[in-house]
Amino acid sequence: MQKTRGRDSVVVTVLFILAVLFLAPILIVLMNSFKGKFFISDTPFKLPDAQTFIGLKNYTGGVAKIGFFNAFGNSLFITVCSVAVIVLLTAMTAWYITRVKTKFTKMLYFIFVFSMIVPFQMVMFTMSKVANILHVDNLVGIIFIYLGFGAGLSVFLFSGFVKSIPLEIEEADLIDGCNPVQSFFKVVLPILKPIAITVAILNVMWIWNDYLLPMLVIGTEHRTIPIAIQYLKGGYGSIDMGAMMAMLVLAILPIVIFYLFCQKYIIEGVVAGAVKG
Amino acid sequence: MQKSIKRYFALFALPTVLAFTVMFIIPFVLGVYLSFTEFTTVTDAKWVGLSNYLKAFSNKEFLNALWFTVKFTVVSVLTINVFAFLLAMLLTRGKKGTNLFRTIFFMPNLIGGIVLGYIWQLIINGILIKFDVTLTSSANYGFWGLVVLMNWQLIGYMMIIYIAGIQNVSKDVIEAAMIDGSTRFGILRNVTIPLVMPSITICLFLSLSNSFKLFDQNLALTAGAPSKQTSMLALDIYNTFYGSVGWEGVGQAKAVVFFVLVALIALIQLVATRSKEVES
Repeated sequence: MQKTRGRDSVVVTVLFILAVLFLAPILIVLMNSFKGKFFISDTPFKLPDAQTFIGLKNYTGGVAKIGFFNAFGNSLFITVCSVAVIVLLTAMTAWYITRVKTKFTKMLYFIFVFSMIVPFQMVMFTMSKVANILHVDNLVGIIFIYLGFGAGLSVFLFSGFVKSIPLEIEEADLIDGCNPVQSFFKVVLPILKPIAITVAILNVMWIWNDYLLPMLVIGTEHRTIPIAIQYLKGGYGSIDMGAMMAMLVLAILPIVIFYLFCQKYIIEGVVAGAVKG
Repeated sequence: MQKSIKRYFALFALPTVLAFTVMFIIPFVLGVYLSFTEFTTVTDAKWVGLSNYLKAFSNKEFLNALWFTVKFTVVSVLTINVFAFLLAMLLTRGKKGTNLFRTIFFMPNLIGGIVLGYIWQLIINGILIKFDVTLTSSANYGFWGLVVLMNWQLIGYMMIIYIAGIQNVSKDVIEAAMIDGSTRFGILRNVTIPLVMPSITICLFLSLSNSFKLFDQNLALTAGAPSKQTSMLALDIYNTFYGSVGWEGVGQAKAVVFFVLVALIALIQLVATRSKEVES
């Protein structure tokens, strides 16, 4: 007994040190965000002191420089709309191609699965050209692009779940006089809720953090947060380290808040997505 | 039942299928075609056969990126999975506070690649400045910087999957092995690891494809510096398309090669999963 307790405290100490190491990078950025820009690169591990502390100046300066609140609004708009559209429409599609078995739907399913292994670089050039031609290269059009590019994984996850729903439930409903549309929205969609949460979480993480697709399609005109951060480097020769630190903190903050509120769903969703994908 | 649903194709499937066709299928097919042509916009393509592929494979930057990506992927996959597995072992002993640790270790995974890159640029440069060098002084620093960054981002993610796998191993099996007189290491090697093999395959594949396809982190941390020596494949393809005029065809050929490599990894993974899994 004595021996196990000793070993336990070693394990907890090791875990504690590791946890501090894992949090350190974020805390160091936070600490530096309150320092003047010339005191960051050379001595990033020093706490702010009377000489280096400049309060919230990095935040106000950085927010103005990259239009942070605009970027936040753009990211929020694109993410929320795209994820809502993807969850609803791919659930409907997955239900349709799983329930209606024809050569055409089987082929569709195969291409959806195939698209999951295609890296973005393979289609980035042609996709952005097509987007230009169709005039979907804007904040609203990008929702359509995300639907097309995100359909593979989402349809795949929904289809796997639909297969496990017994047909009897829907058949009973059809006999009761419901048409397929009513039957889907009243009966099937509520059953799909757990997998819908997984699909939503995976797509939120992808779209919120996505840099290259919105950069190629919309460019720097309506920046999302990742583009705004990268713009801070590209647009001004040498980087304003103060503004950079403050903007990194503001970029991380919404994610941490989202994580703290939906932790259980996020971890479960990511595991479910990984295991099935 | 199938008949009554079938009529509703336009409502249920058409929007997704349309977006998927326009934004994925057409760009994909067009991309394969354009890799055999010379073009600057999509409409002025001239057939040139395999010449883009020949140019790609005689392009020093591409070969360098390929070698760098392979080295990086091997080192990352090994370190990430060893650390993640050890952490998962520590966190499945039913001790208090494990949930808090799990929460902390997983968090970096949610942060976007661009932001991750700049966080680590600050930290690594802060350490290197004590030795009068920076991240971009030598390709070695960029390489190990990316490895550390990738470990920080993915260890928590893989750990969660390993925890789920380890928790599925029934206690009876472990107890039976203990009664038979197996050592702790023996149990780990002969019981735990074979039974969590499905998790191991998933984690190997996830860390492999994530490392191989890395772009954002690479762009933010070093952007390929010094002189493109730390460019990985995805970044090299991006630079070929948008960094030099007249190389679009070569960029597309590189992208096709990249796709084939990623597809091969996925295929090997699929075969490995099917053959290695033990019935538990």
